[in-house]
Amino acid sequence: MSMYNEKVMSHFTNPHNAGTMENPDAVGSFGSPVCGDMMEISLKITDGVIEDAKFRTFGCGSAIASSSVATEMIKGKTLEEALALTNNDFVAELGGLPEAKVHCSVLSEQAIKRAIYQYAKEHDLELEGLKGFDPDAEFEHDH
Amino acid sequence: MRQVYLDYAATTPVKEEVLAEMLPFFSLQYGNPSSLHKFGYTAREAVDLARERVAALIGAKASEIYFTSGGTESDNWAVEGVAGAQPAGRAHVITSKIEHHALLHSCAALEEKGHSVSYLEVDPTGFVQPHALKQAINERTCLVSIMFANNEVGSIQPIAELAKIANSAGIIFHTDAVQAAGNLPINVQQLGIDMLSLSAHKIYGPKGIGALYIKEGTAISNFIHGGSQEHKRRAGTENVPGIVGFGKAAELAARNLNDHIKKTTTLRDYFIDRLLADIPDVQINGSREQRLPGNVNATFNYIEGEALLLDLDINGIAASTGSACSSGSFAPSHVLTAMGLPIEQVYSSLRFSLGDFTTKEDIDHTVSVLNATVKRLRAFSPFTQE
Ligand SMILES: Cc1ncc(COP(=O)(O)O)c(C=O)c1O
Repeated sequence: MSMYNEKVMSHFTNPHNAGTMENPDAVGSFGSPVCGDMMEISLKITDGVIEDAKFRTFGCGSAIASSSVATEMIKGKTLEEALALTNNDFVAELGGLPEAKVHCSVLSEQAIKRAIYQYAKEHDLELEGLKGFDPDAEFEHDH
Repeated sequence: MRQVYLDYAATTPVKEEVLAEMLPFFSLQYGNPSSLHKFGYTAREAVDLARERVAALIGAKASEIYFTSGGTESDNWAVEGVAGAQPAGRAHVITSKIEHHALLHSCAALEEKGHSVSYLEVDPTGFVQPHALKQAINERTCLVSIMFANNEVGSIQPIAELAKIANSAGIIFHTDAVQAAGNLPINVQQLGIDMLSLSAHKIYGPKGIGALYIKEGTAISNFIHGGSQEHKRRAGTENVPGIVGFGKAAELAARNLNDHIKKTTTLRDYFIDRLLADIPDVQINGSREQRLPGNVNATFNYIEGEALLLDLDINGIAASTGSACSSGSFAPSHVLTAMGLPIEQVYSSLRFSLGDFTTKEDIDHTVSVLNATVKRLRAFSPFTQE
């Protein structure tokens, strides 16, 4: 008995893609210690496709499990495909999170967006999925 | 898998001797203590004995013990019964920033009614400063309520000194001794305490029963209205099995106090020493000496407390991120925050509380599990220093 299902627990105890990489093509982070959670994501990108993803997360069990599935899901995807993923997709992949924990998965969505935003800026890319995205906007990150 | 319970401050198991005394009062001696027949008298006698035992634990008279539904009700009653009885907007209460929510939220309710409340700061180790209390008193102050010992960091407050300041200003002094009872010697007369809250389930008694000690002559209005139970001050048919269990638990606590303090303090200090020696970047919150025998509160830098708690739970170890009610929510500990801990350290802190069934093997096992899980979680924390 735990507050999480087996899949969440498995991603928490054995997270995929945890750590950093050498010479990442993009890095993004979201959250802050003040909110009690923070995620950093590093991406290897070749020809607009995410070849590899790594994460480092300070956060609760659901934040860590979401980071694990999120990095898993974006691998092999184009930047546009990755941008189209939302935290709900990560929650669904995890087979659900307790209501009060759903917001923890937003961390992954936002960290991914920020990493790709930085990459797009450096490479002068116009990405559909970044239209209207402002990394400095005050984000509704309620705790 | 080895199960290790290190959350005695949240609640304790009911001791066998306690349960044994309670059991007959469910379906054999089930009388109502107010009834005028043998069933009633039997229950009445049991309640009277329990009242004496609880009184003895804190050096009070039996007639000054009022049974309640627990620590929360006792705290609510103390605040509501003294300050809430004042004309709207007239009362001023002084408490501290590190009280249990049972007290803090009672004070918030007072403020909603237009009364005023001063929340005293604490120092970085979690202690209220007596001179701050002196300064906060004004001519409308009717109640000072400072907890005997804190539930999160175990800081034992300078109660005698604080009570003296209140007494000499003619102000009622209440203390929440829910965590202190059974863990520290308490004598309400010597300490000058007017009111004191107790809860049975923190001293190896049942849940849902507690008491408020009210010194003879203290002006307090009723909180629960109805029949004439508890000297007409707290209505409702008595929770007889609960009261009997509370009484037995109090008797055992008083009898075992010295042994309990010695044994638990030794284990606590061993635990703290091992944490500091075996795990890098750990700090202990609170004081090393003026601390509840079973309390350990530690910050495991760079990792989030709830993740650590979950990993410990997977490994059969029960700890807490603070008070039990906080663990279900995302609110960072108000106690550690009041002590001035940087917010990221507040999120990285856990409380372990030891009790009568904790062994050295439990501690050794916990340290070795902690060592592994702290390493694991730090390996992918963005804050870990290389
Ligand atoms: C200091 C303190 N006061 C009050 C309470 C509430 O007591 P009870 O659970 O009996 O309502 C607790 C228990 O969590 C406590 O630790």
